Amino acid sequence: MSKENKSQGLSRRSFMKASSLAGGGMLIGFNLFNSCKPDAQPPVDLANLKYNDFNAFIQIADNGAVTIYSPNPEIGQGVKTAMPMIIAEELDVAWKDVYVKQGILDTKNYTRQVAGGSQSIRFGWDPLRRTGATARQMLVNAAAEKWGVDPSECNTNAGIITNSKGEKLGYGEVVKEAALMDIPEDVTLKKVKDYTIIGTEIPNVDLDNIITGKPLFGLDYKSENMVIASVLRPPAFGQKLESFDDTDTRALEGVIEVIRFEDKIAVLAKDTWTAMKGKKALKASWTEDSRLESSSDHHRILQGLLDGNKFETLRADGNIKKAFSQADKVLERTYESPFLPHNCLEPMNFYADVTDTKIHLVGPIQTPEGTAKHIAGLLEREEGDVHLEMTRMGGGFGRRLYGDFAVEAALISNLAKKPVKVVFSREDDMSDGIYRPSIKYRIKAAIKDGELTGYHLKEASINSNMYGLIPNFFPAGAVENYQVDVAKYDSNITTGAWRAPYTNFLAFAEQSFFDELAEEMNVDKIKLRLDLLQKVKGTSDERIQYSPERMEIVINTAVEKSGWGKQPDGVYQGFVNYYCHNSHVAEVADVVLENNIPVVKKITCVVDCGIVVNPLGALNQIEGGVIDGVGHSMYGDFTFENGSPTATNFDRYRLIRMKEAPVVETHLIQNTHSPTGLGEPTLPPAGGAIANAFKAATGKRLYQQPFNNYPELLRAPEKEIIG
Amino acid sequence: MPTYQLSVNGESRTVNVSEDTPLLWVLRDHLDLVGTKYGCGIAQCGACTVHLDGQAVRSCSLTMASLEGKNITTIEGLSKDGEHPVQVAWKEVDVPQCGYCQAGQIMTASAFLANNSNPTEEEIKDAMHGNICRCASYTRIYKAVEIAATKIS
Repeated sequence: MSKENKSQGLSRRSFMKASSLAGGGMLIGFNLFNSCKPDAQPPVDLANLKYNDFNAFIQIADNGAVTIYSPNPEIGQGVKTAMPMIIAEELDVAWKDVYVKQGILDTKNYTRQVAGGSQSIRFGWDPLRRTGATARQMLVNAAAEKWGVDPSECNTNAGIITNSKGEKLGYGEVVKEAALMDIPEDVTLKKVKDYTIIGTEIPNVDLDNIITGKPLFGLDYKSENMVIASVLRPPAFGQKLESFDDTDTRALEGVIEVIRFEDKIAVLAKDTWTAMKGKKALKASWTEDSRLESSSDHHRILQGLLDGNKFETLRADGNIKKAFSQADKVLERTYESPFLPHNCLEPMNFYADVTDTKIHLVGPIQTPEGTAKHIAGLLEREEGDVHLEMTRMGGGFGRRLYGDFAVEAALISNLAKKPVKVVFSREDDMSDGIYRPSIKYRIKAAIKDGELTGYHLKEASINSNMYGLIPNFFPAGAVENYQVDVAKYDSNITTGAWRAPYTNFLAFAEQSFFDELAEEMNVDKIKLRLDLLQKVKGTSDERIQYSPERMEIVINTAVEKSGWGKQPDGVYQGFVNYYCHNSHVAEVADVVLENNIPVVKKITCVVDCGIVVNPLGALNQIEGGVIDGVGHSMYGDFTFENGSPTATNFDRYRLIRMKEAPVVETHLIQNTHSPTGLGEPTLPPAGGAIANAFKAATGKRLYQQPFNNYPELLRAPEKEIIG
Repeated sequence: MPTYQLSVNGESRTVNVSEDTPLLWVLRDHLDLVGTKYGCGIAQCGACTVHLDGQAVRSCSLTMASLEGKNITTIEGLSKDGEHPVQVAWKEVDVPQCGYCQAGQIMTASAFLANNSNPTEEEIKDAMHGNICRCASYTRIYKAVEIAATKIS
């Protein structure tokens, strides 16, 4: 049962407003992440629903039907289903009476509408519940006034209000009066045990449209007179456009225009194929404006950074130097990762129609607000001129946090004076990426009298270093002398967030290291982790957000459910526990040898993400995250040669497929903690779990990803790996 | 541009496109059937899968000349309202995450099950191996194909 069943925090007055709709019914505007302006009022006409002052709306019709305009971008993480579920729960309506619509963004006066960092549900949990509960209370108050009874004598169930005399009113029957009521300052939230929607299995709200092929995605969007733009960009990072000849392109039937902008050339055509063909027919020459880098350079540079002394210290406890000088034994290992492209299956694309009066943008974007503002700035226009509509996204994984493709569409449309959709080919998508940077970690541990006395983590990365929370993850707080140092090299190759930034590789490094550390210390692998967690219990260090108690439960559950140590002959296991995105996860990989090649058969995954809003969606995220983690640590191989990627399509870049996907057995820890992230946290542990299992199976310890590049151990024709 | 007569979802359609235009872009840009998706353009990902006389094919790699006299079925024509057993199974399992690859997955699965309604685990995995799901919803895709098989047989 939840302790906090009273609403708290923001004043209702500044957080939501209700009004009667011109066409009947009630509209409640509310803000998820910040208070709206004191004078803000929801529009009285649905056609004017522009998200200026509020970022989400509930509409209750005269017939009791509820429409929830879900605010956050949908990238496959399921928020378009889960966020409205939370509102519907506290509003106390039946889910079958709820219709969900994707919210539209209008950037004027608007803040925070982002899909990223696995935070939508975590940040939305309180405001979404309060919104639903406040609306419910207003409906109850209206009914109570009609009946002349005290609201406390009224109850609700599935959209029906009842009183102690047995009278009944549907929400739709009091909605006009409710819209005019004062917004209650203090509402009671449901207890966890009374939930009827949260915790039930609700299918994806777009399911019917997806399986019948309805236009949902950015690539499906069309408008009258729209032209397609295929853009030729510099083939290598470090190059700029010198000159070009578009004679052959212009000779193609269907090509409308060729436009140079920045160091790029856009070919505009009526249809996608002609635009792509026109781009291929361009003859461009390029000059070098900065060095053309190769992966061999990065390897050497990052190695040099790790060996050098140009570090920034992000956290330092005790005296690491002393710990190493007094150690009986020191273990030091280096872990190496490649760049990774995101490879959303829907290639980058965006629609823009820039006219003198407005900038209309449509497409798949994780950061609509920032992108809209950026474009307004670039075109020297008012932010209020920008109208941005979000489409469903064919994957995000961090790539769609960056609006480069939307900027291109806006620039081209502005020059061409036409509505334009920029469409990346797969080759464009893979070679004009904003990649996960190649990173190396070096971890050094001091062991004295059988205890871990020192832990030193060094990161050498490209363009950016780990974000500030990570140095406070495990084993911070568990080791007396502890230090995290970071260094970076500025490259002209664009890099950015990739599903579970930094931890997507750090988890493998750290948890492989702990496996090896246990072997060095000659202690049980699970016991080493549990013993260290004991030292964090009761810590007064507020920087430490992971819970040793919750991690302990997750570890013990994983040991039990995976049959750790009791596996049948021929099954080799690897263990990882990890905390990120506020969730605690443990994974156990089961590996068998087929033709002497280790094959991942199963991952047991235990997750504590607090209350699970939608178990059906949650399991999908968990299984996807685990298999994505297995796939990229096994096969994700992306290198640069003279500024250009060596693979630009799926014939040379391998993604995990059906036959390589292990069985995922998920166990969710049941508790009443507020929900935490789920889109990312199951990915990082997967690589470490299979690496530790490969060690158990073959004796070979892995230090580099992708694992499939270990020739003597793993590389085999696909067929043989599958067995 | 040359004129081509195509049979799509039981209807005769006329298009004027250059002879090298892949079926994928004819469907998406000229016939407004956008359920068939572009993923790679080189027949590696399966997002563009349609049926050609009942066989699963990659529409990104088929040009007009090869299509005369053939019946093309896209996700929009697989059933009237999503009631094909494979679509029903997809709903039961709640397969999609982002959903982008799913039309191609469903087209591959439906052509496969039409020829083999009692498949083994190995056969299902072989049949579905050519379709990439970047969200890695593979466990649910497998389960949905298995369930669809029971509905068909």
